[in-house]
Amino acid sequence: MLLQVDNVSVAYGAVEALKRVSLAVSGAEIVAVLGANGAGKTTLLKAISGLVPVKSGAIRYNGRELHKLPAHLIARLGVVHIPEGRRVFATLTVEENLNLGGYGCPKEEVQRAKDRVFQLFPVLRERRRQLAGTLSGGEQQMLAIGRGLMRSPKLMLLDEPSLGLAPLLVDQVFATIEQINKEGVPILIVEQNARKALSIANQAHILEVGRIVLSGPARELAADARVREAYLGGAAYERRLRAKESREA
Amino acid sequence: MLTFVQQLLNGLTIGSFYAFVALGYSLVYAILKLINFAHGDLFGLGAYLGYTVFVYAAGVIGSRFGLWGLLPAGFVAAALGTAGAGLLIERVAYRPIYPIGRLPAVVSALGMAIFLSNFIMAVWGPRYLAYQEAFIPTGFWQIGGFRIRVLQVLILVSSLVLLFVLYYVVEKTTFGAAVRAVALDRETAALMGIDFLKVIRFAFSVGPALGAIAGVFVGMYYRQINFTMGWVYGLKAFTATILGGIGNIPGAMVGGILLGILEALAAGYISAAWKDVFVFAALMLMLVFRPTGLLGEKVAEKV
Repeated sequence: MLLQVDNVSVAYGAVEALKRVSLAVSGAEIVAVLGANGAGKTTLLKAISGLVPVKSGAIRYNGRELHKLPAHLIARLGVVHIPEGRRVFATLTVEENLNLGGYGCPKEEVQRAKDRVFQLFPVLRERRRQLAGTLSGGEQQMLAIGRGLMRSPKLMLLDEPSLGLAPLLVDQVFATIEQINKEGVPILIVEQNARKALSIANQAHILEVGRIVLSGPARELAADARVREAYLGGAAYERRLRAKESREA
Repeated sequence: MLTFVQQLLNGLTIGSFYAFVALGYSLVYAILKLINFAHGDLFGLGAYLGYTVFVYAAGVIGSRFGLWGLLPAGFVAAALGTAGAGLLIERVAYRPIYPIGRLPAVVSALGMAIFLSNFIMAVWGPRYLAYQEAFIPTGFWQIGGFRIRVLQVLILVSSLVLLFVLYYVVEKTTFGAAVRAVALDRETAALMGIDFLKVIRFAFSVGPALGAIAGVFVGMYYRQINFTMGWVYGLKAFTATILGGIGNIPGAMVGGILLGILEALAAGYISAAWKDVFVFAALMLMLVFRPTGLLGEKVAEKV
């Protein structure tokens, strides 16, 4: 088991954001965590990457106890967290942002990783000297993902990568995520766009007010009536789907 | 014309003192959004440490290597000692308070400022101490109508070199990018593997070290130091920081130099007694018309 989240609780003051959450990521799979706004998805990723303290429970990664390490050391283990809303360093250039993604790595490695990122996102090469804040939303998301790839990630935590992007860009971002995963990087993705997330995930968990209420293979969850109702658009979606199916038939 | 050039030169000299001290404010503010009020008194401490080394090492180092051997020893000792004090202050007076909020930290900073100036008074006494001629380069060049002092050249050249080095480190290296990243977004910087405490230690050692060098220069330039000097220079340098745009490294340099020139020209053409009026009037005008300071412009962030 690569990542093991074991009965983890997180509290902000008196408010418990995560309640005894357990999940695991193994091998080169994609695990999706779905849930509404405020369900605790972001908190879960922050707990893994050390940005919020774990109140009880344990997070293990390759035998290391992550919940006892500070965030910057967790990052250096290859656990790459790509935060919600991109969070690129706006007044730094695109290239500086990428260099920081590989902060602490040997120079040649950073250069090699940068070439790979430029191959994946040619637009970043064109704009390497531009300030990151001047990029479009989609370009910033590419930069955020590219920055995460700088440290040859061993586990990638993705927080709402589709947030605020045009549908065409969403498809592009998800295609990129699948490609990264195919190259052998396990991914834990948190998304509100449940349909998209389920379409690329192997395993999925549903988080509701800090608790995991449903877990299973992504395909099964996508077929689950409760999931369809609550996260895939419910009855309206069913009608559209049926209409589509009958058209296709 | 003669007055103008002479005052410009004086202004550049004084301005580089302000720039040095302003950098310390700006570095810490950029990273912690904390105004380190103790910084001015760290500058004062540097002047006293340099003085002490000059007085007590004059026999040992000065007699063997002369003035140009004594000077580096004084500067290095003052810079290292003050950097150590800066780190210590961060550790005991600020770090335990960060989690509580910014305002308590500012109060703690004020407390440290009062403590430091009183500490200096307790150790070295309340009276003015004289930087003796034995440890000041006193030569000068007479060119036409005006004179250039060796000390002024030394101050300007070493300021240029040190400011350039700091500018280079902060703006052109990956560590500098890490410092700026922490300033922008501490959480995301941690996700990049950047150690926040390392960046903090950088700010709290380099800032005071530069301040100490300015302190020793001020001692040499004015020939005397006093335990209240940190307050006066701290206030001016803080003004320079605002003028240039707080949290902005090149801004602190530009603000310091401009303030020095403004002060020298006001002193030269109007009245030395009124120079502070112009300095603080400039601050008020800046706050009214351009509160972000000269270089404190933000790039619009797209979401």
